[in-house]
Amino acid sequence: MSSSVVSVTRVSKHFDSVTAVEDVSFDVRPQSTTALLGGNGAGKTTTLSMLLGLLLPTSGSISVFGVDMLRDRYRVLPRLNFSSPYVDLPRRLTVRENLTVYARLYGVIDIPGRLKALSEELQIGSFMKRPYGQLSAGEKTRVALAKALLNEPELMLFDEPTASLDPDTADYVRGMLEAYRKRTGTTILLASHNMSEVERLCDDVIMLRAGRVVDRGTPAQLLTRYGRRNMEEVFIDIARERKLEMRLGEQQVVKK
Amino acid sequence: MSLIRRDHTGFFPSLRRIYALVLRHTYLLRSSGPRILELMYWPTVQMILWGFITLFLINHSSWIAQASGVLLSAVLLWDVLFRGQLGVSLVFMEEMWSRNLGHLFVSPLRPSELGCALLTMSLIRTLIGVGGAALIAIPLFHFSIFDLGLPLLAFFVNLLAMGWSIGLLVSGVVLRYGLGAESLAWIAIFAVQPISGVYYPIATLPEWLQYVAAILPSSHVFEGMRAVLFDHVFRLDLLLHAVLLNVVYLSAGFFMFLAFFKGARVRGQLLHVGE
Repeated sequence: MSSSVVSVTRVSKHFDSVTAVEDVSFDVRPQSTTALLGGNGAGKTTTLSMLLGLLLPTSGSISVFGVDMLRDRYRVLPRLNFSSPYVDLPRRLTVRENLTVYARLYGVIDIPGRLKALSEELQIGSFMKRPYGQLSAGEKTRVALAKALLNEPELMLFDEPTASLDPDTADYVRGMLEAYRKRTGTTILLASHNMSEVERLCDDVIMLRAGRVVDRGTPAQLLTRYGRRNMEEVFIDIARERKLEMRLGEQQVVKK
Repeated sequence: MSLIRRDHTGFFPSLRRIYALVLRHTYLLRSSGPRILELMYWPTVQMILWGFITLFLINHSSWIAQASGVLLSAVLLWDVLFRGQLGVSLVFMEEMWSRNLGHLFVSPLRPSELGCALLTMSLIRTLIGVGGAALIAIPLFHFSIFDLGLPLLAFFVNLLAMGWSIGLLVSGVVLRYGLGAESLAWIAIFAVQPISGVYYPIATLPEWLQYVAAILPSSHVFEGMRAVLFDHVFRLDLLLHAVLLNVVYLSAGFFMFLAFFKGARVRGQLLHVGE
């Protein structure tokens, strides 16, 4: 059995003449928090969608918990969950109704007990009876997290988990994810272009550019490799295809 | 102890997950009185209109005079077909409007289970809509479609099944071409109305069109309805034709829906649909 939770091997995705992802390979270690990092159009969401089985790759293979996602994803889906600000929950249903429906879909055994635990953990008890569409962005984020935690997943996938959130709510989400991983040992894979998020949460970073993996390492390794003080500078270097040697050369020219 | 059931159902759909989706749409219906009234509105308006036309024609048409309930039966049964199709398409589009497909399909829900939930919701919506209109017709026009007896059940099931086939096909097309194609949900069914012989015998159609009518389950149902009302006989041959055609159409509807779903996974449409 594979020791990786996720194993992506030579995966490509083409939409007619457009290449979204090209020959991408990586694996995700158990209990790690791994970031897929890259700018707009780098292929993060496409890669995540293929991992979830929402999108079929043009070529390559993907396995999760050792199961081939292209052939047998229904064996694995109960063990993972997903959250994205770009996918909504039904707006006219109350929070409790939404969570009840998803709890049933995931086969949660004690639904009232699970909802009670999550409402306490995520402090959503005060708006459980309100329609989801009437909540603020911060409240919706908490509900989306509750939905993502319903089945106590062993693998959680997030697409830009703090996009369009105010700093306070974004900090809450990061703290929540950090604490949850420490407590349960779940594996987290997130797509992001938020550097502070990546530095705080992730112990492994996969850098994507134009649909390809261009670098990989821990945040500390990447900072050393690019001679930078923070991940934002590393990100810009990679996005602009600047390597350390090239930058050192530029600096020497300036000194002269 | 595990928090969730690990009931891998293999090839077979899970009743639990089908029920979860039915529950989702029942919550939606339950939360809105106007939605329930809307379900009954058009069937009732149609029934009242054709009720008055019947009252007028009964003294001016010997054909209507022989079986005064023929037009009211036709309009209510036509609405079974229309509401059956609309029920499937609208419930599916509700998931697209609410941008919920992405969440649904990373859960263990299978497309076939979504399909079964759509059919169940369509049945519930049709029973509310057409059932309401049928009950109102009793005091208003002293007409009860339930007097058709057991044949009514056969007609209902066959028209509903045909509506489901078209509804599944329309849902697939909307998934493929986006919400720009949603008007299909309202108009697609009317293409078969003139050839179904809803209000007149199939023999009225030109001969070549009668061959087209012969491949529609609805034309056999409406011919069967007139046989019961005018001749007081239940035509088993017509029923068998309708059932056989429905088996083919419903299988094709499911197959097309699943094919469009697979196409959506190739094109990445499950994450990017919505208002």
